[in-house]
Amino acid sequence: MFRSTVLRPFTMLLLGAFATPALAHIEGGQATGFLTGFAHPISGLDHVLAMVAVGLWGAQLGLPAIWILPVTFPIVMALGALLGLLGIPLPGVEIGIAASAIVLGTAVLTGRRAPLFVAAAIVGLFAIFHGHAHGTELPPGENGLLYSLGFVIATGCLHAIGIAIGAVHRWPSGQVALRVAGGVIGLAGVFFLWRAVA
Amino acid sequence: MTPRRAETIAALGFTLALSPLSAHAHLVETGLGPVYDGIAHFALTFEDLLPAVALAIFAGLRGTDHARRVAWVLPLAWLLGGLAGIAARSAMPQMFGGVPPLGWLPMLLLGGLVAADLKVSMAVTTTVAAVLGLFLGLANGVAMAQAGAGTRGVLGIVSALFVVTALAAACAAAWQSGWQRIAWRVVGSWIAASGLLLLGWSLR
Repeated sequence: MFRSTVLRPFTMLLLGAFATPALAHIEGGQATGFLTGFAHPISGLDHVLAMVAVGLWGAQLGLPAIWILPVTFPIVMALGALLGLLGIPLPGVEIGIAASAIVLGTAVLTGRRAPLFVAAAIVGLFAIFHGHAHGTELPPGENGLLYSLGFVIATGCLHAIGIAIGAVHRWPSGQVALRVAGGVIGLAGVFFLWRAVA
Repeated sequence: MTPRRAETIAALGFTLALSPLSAHAHLVETGLGPVYDGIAHFALTFEDLLPAVALAIFAGLRGTDHARRVAWVLPLAWLLGGLAGIAARSAMPQMFGGVPPLGWLPMLLLGGLVAADLKVSMAVTTTVAAVLGLFLGLANGVAMAQAGAGTRGVLGIVSALFVVTALAAACAAAWQSGWQRIAWRVVGSWIAASGLLLLGWSLR
């Protein structure tokens, strides 16, 4: 039981933490459509872990956070992306992204039940950083709308994955696994931070 | 502020925000004639499709009365706007050109309405549907006139619009239990976020 519910997910998450560094930077080319936009948020481990952590934390917090966070996050993230697209600078973006993994991972690890407005403010703040990074890196192209749709839907899907994984919270062993996952995300965040400031 | 006053201000603000603009559409030529070109145009122009879907979802979330009203008012207003656009394009061709695209605005406003799950009266829903229909219909009418598809192109667009609006509103009205309502709101937030991003793209 312990092997199947804790050890295996833990091993998988541990292996995930040793994956390649954050590559949320498109190599070049044009914003040609939906699939290019869809691939952008899932191409960087830092973004992926933070988005999944939002879902995990929402699942841990339960109602209404489980739906408020995924409803508000895309809009706030798009606001950050708008700033990036307009060339308005935001200091410490990479540090902010790394901090998001640390803070959200730690929140999941400790199982801290923050008040809703505090959770929303934390997630909203980090959404600005993630959005700004995306907005700055978006390639020029003809079909901005399809690209944007792919980009937003991919982010929403990452939240949904986090919420789905967070559903294990209802079982005692699942709660342990969830905390372990939070710890792994937090550690990955430390790595991202080290990489950002090094 | 009384609810009635708030509704009036919201309706006026929405109307003012949707100032007329020139069409930046490109007609899809199916080879099957203007009606099918219009249908294809609507299906492939997400700047038109997404606000219509968002409004249909919003109306569906408000109940079957709102859904039924929007399913008729939006296509009718779109048709009127389209005919006005064709007439205006014929009468004053020099007026339409050089105006920045505002396709992001209906997406942002209507997606935001769905995400917020705002409770409004039937009058507000009807006004929003009429304004949106006239606004986008006008742009479509100009585009159809420019492409030579004319009234039949607009009829194709309105036919497709009616089907999409009726289906989306019916689905939203029928599926509202628990997580389903949340899923609609998430869809609304995605549309609003895409509108915001589209604004960034247009200003970039």
